[in-house]
Amino acid sequence: MTSRVDAESLLAVDVGSVTTRAVLFDVVEGRYRFIANGSAPTTAGAPYHDISEGVRLALDQLQAITGRILIGSDQQLIMPALPDGSGVDSFVATISAGEPVKVIAIGLLESISTESARRLALTTYSKVVEAFNLNDRRRTDTRLNAVVRLRPDLIVAAGGTENGASQSVVRMLEAVGLAGYLRPHSQRLEVLYVGNQAIHDELQNTFRDLVNLHFAPNVRPDLDVEQLDPAHAALARLAGEIRSQQIPGVAELNLWANGGLIPSATAFGRVIRFLGKELAASKGVLGVDVGASATTLAWGKNGDLSLRVFTQLGLGRSMAEFLHQVQLRDIQRWLAIEVSEDQLTNYIYSKALYPATLPVTDEEMAIEQAITRQILAAAANRFFAEEAAYGALKDGSSQQFDAIVVAGSVFTRAPNLAQATLMLLDGLQPSGVTTLVLDLNQIMPALGAAAAINPLLVVQVLESSSFLHLGTVIAPSSRARMGSPVLRLKMTYESGHETHLEVKQGALEVLPLPIGQTARLHLHPLHRADVGMGAPGRGGGLKVVGGALGVIIDARGRPFVPPADRNRRQELFRKWQWTLGGQ
Amino acid sequence: MYTPVKHILPMTLIRRERVLPAPGKVLARAGQKVNVADVIAEANLYPEYLLIDVARTLHISAEKADRILQCQVGDQIAQADIIAGPIGLTRRLIRSPREGRVVLVGSGQVLLEIAGKPYQLKAGMPGEVVDLIPDRGAIIETGGALVQGVWGNGKIEFGAIRVLAQSPEFEVKAADLDVSLRGSITLAGYCQDEEVLKTAEELPLRGLIFSGMAARCIPQASRLSIPVIVLEGFGKYAYNPAAYKLLATNEQRPAAINAEMSASYSAARPEVIIPLAVPSSVGLPVEIAPLAANQTARLLRSPYSGETGVIVAHKGRVTFQSGLRAEAVEVRLENGQNVVVPIANLELIA
Repeated sequence: MTSRVDAESLLAVDVGSVTTRAVLFDVVEGRYRFIANGSAPTTAGAPYHDISEGVRLALDQLQAITGRILIGSDQQLIMPALPDGSGVDSFVATISAGEPVKVIAIGLLESISTESARRLALTTYSKVVEAFNLNDRRRTDTRLNAVVRLRPDLIVAAGGTENGASQSVVRMLEAVGLAGYLRPHSQRLEVLYVGNQAIHDELQNTFRDLVNLHFAPNVRPDLDVEQLDPAHAALARLAGEIRSQQIPGVAELNLWANGGLIPSATAFGRVIRFLGKELAASKGVLGVDVGASATTLAWGKNGDLSLRVFTQLGLGRSMAEFLHQVQLRDIQRWLAIEVSEDQLTNYIYSKALYPATLPVTDEEMAIEQAITRQILAAAANRFFAEEAAYGALKDGSSQQFDAIVVAGSVFTRAPNLAQATLMLLDGLQPSGVTTLVLDLNQIMPALGAAAAINPLLVVQVLESSSFLHLGTVIAPSSRARMGSPVLRLKMTYESGHETHLEVKQGALEVLPLPIGQTARLHLHPLHRADVGMGAPGRGGGLKVVGGALGVIIDARGRPFVPPADRNRRQELFRKWQWTLGGQ
Repeated sequence: MYTPVKHILPMTLIRRERVLPAPGKVLARAGQKVNVADVIAEANLYPEYLLIDVARTLHISAEKADRILQCQVGDQIAQADIIAGPIGLTRRLIRSPREGRVVLVGSGQVLLEIAGKPYQLKAGMPGEVVDLIPDRGAIIETGGALVQGVWGNGKIEFGAIRVLAQSPEFEVKAADLDVSLRGSITLAGYCQDEEVLKTAEELPLRGLIFSGMAARCIPQASRLSIPVIVLEGFGKYAYNPAAYKLLATNEQRPAAINAEMSASYSAARPEVIIPLAVPSSVGLPVEIAPLAANQTARLLRSPYSGETGVIVAHKGRVTFQSGLRAEAVEVRLENGQNVVVPIANLELIA
């Protein structure tokens, strides 16, 4: 699909809340390739309080791995690359480290523009601490006091369809203007207005001396239409600037990136949007990134993207907050070993204290993976509930995707691929036919950031083998009784060899199909099981490509609820892991 | 590879930056001797504002309202002072409902800043103010013993240390706390009973230093008016021997307990400071150190949570019981056992 390119190397740095990664791409045999990555602990917190040290250590490791000198004697990045092979031609950077950006969302109608402002804010690492709208009846000074007390990093204001309301918008922003007047010039409020574009001049005239006012396209151009995507770019840029002011070293990184520093989630979303468009995926591509600071879900379809960052659902410092969102028994149901509520609570709070620590015992690994399952379930439930209500991709989603692309150390560092896959299947519970892809080298943020300056690189790296194809999942959705046959399938290999299988409700089966091979699959659902072919009971044929685990048939039911009896759980969890090739 | 250092030091110089969360007024002077509870800076962190809409209240235009205002920006207004008027046949007046300062007038409105109780930043430790940070706070320095913990409930106090935990493994019960401990900072052992917290506040104690605490006690401990510090972690932990010995041998000495939370991106760690005269040769402790053989380390995760030992050697990438692979070091524990742990699962003690 793509041709040879002029040699141009690209270095990407992603500053996560726990780990900083430096990723190098270059041209090999005429095509862009992922070369290597280096990593180091992020040094945003004590005792360094400057991300530069972590960046330097990650680059040191990358230099050691590749033998390529990237930093000059002046401690600056060598750019562009020199004839002796040192340096790189371009640089991009992403960041997810830092406390969530504190946002106040403002709109006119609570369930329309205010909700869209809130949803826009949640497309990056933020926490909406307050929301104002016309219906909340609070006095201007009450709102003013809220702004003063909460000290938001950012105000996201929406309201007014295109050429619609204007005066009510100005009125809603009155408290913000007053708060801006009361602040010293050096601490001006950042305000992003994403409403009626016809009143930009009026707002500028009224508020420009009081706050730093930024504009982006209307998130509600029409009452029935929500468009977060165009405004997200402005939000991402602002979030990068806010990070630059909050964390020492980020401004310098942004300078290296020529002002192009963006949140890691934005970069992740770009890749998912690209894949959703490139694959012409009718059900879309779902991206899932479970990190220490947050869990990000991105759904790309036909060039559209829905993105949501759950800062309260991370595997790091926010884990303690996660406890306020779930019942402990929701986590315990994913454990095959006896873990008391006290043990689980202690584990979660300890991990929040030391997010970089690793589970080295079987018990702690089981707890970490059980928490991950519940994080995935919580994030997916909220994401799809909101998508169905507001999203640009709303179409009565039944959690069916053409592909799921997964990132995060909890998956890439899982002791085996079976464990990584089971976490995904249990947490996300996709139905129909889905391909599972793992970002083994953790390069998604790097690719997304690179897309802004070198789209060809992204295309060629995605076409390469940098991502691990875990397998194709066929998940019939059925109300059949446990043990009843729900699917008959025939798989015809390239060699012409055929395999037949009857799958019963409650079973998890695997048909081997190695990476690089394809096969023809014919599905014949029984008991009106839905295999994603358009309607319950409808079957058909499809081509599948091989993966590390082959073709997985997950007939454990949707929703899949693990057995309440712990002994039974233990037996089944072991069996399923064995089936998928784990120990 | 550099690793953060947790301090358990019998004698060191301690320097702490104490700053307001927002700009305010610094009250301390350079060179001033301060105590734990001395206020060194204050700020009106949560000012309250009151908007008086003169025009709307009097049903007149904004321009007309502006003409009858009786106050201007900067005026101090007492409750019931006249803000605007008189106007009309009935000589209507607008009076201030609260005491405050006028911060903005115009468009027929008056914005008052209501006088509130300022947030007061305490010194948090006894010592000398060695530098001032304009509008923010001060840097305070003292000599003494220092023991850092992992969690605190944000409170600050000063008192004499008393040892209730007769061994590092001691588990405290509410019945163990009696009036003989009143007013002390108590080395209390492991706590898994919320009644302990309640009793400590009722006595009252001046502070609690736990080895470990059940995480379910966090909400109760956070609400407590006295400081609570957890030295080792959440769960059943014994005191690490160095911390226990240091605190126990300083029984009856006055100590400052600063249970400030170790916020994600701040340097603040909950800590106990026992002020002592230190020789001028004693300097500031290192905050980070390169990982190397013979350093003392504290292990953070199961199966060796809370244990301390000495680093023996770097082992490269190792596969652990869970199947996870990670860079690891070999550590000789206090009991003489040699164990291999991920580098990510330890912190240095110095």
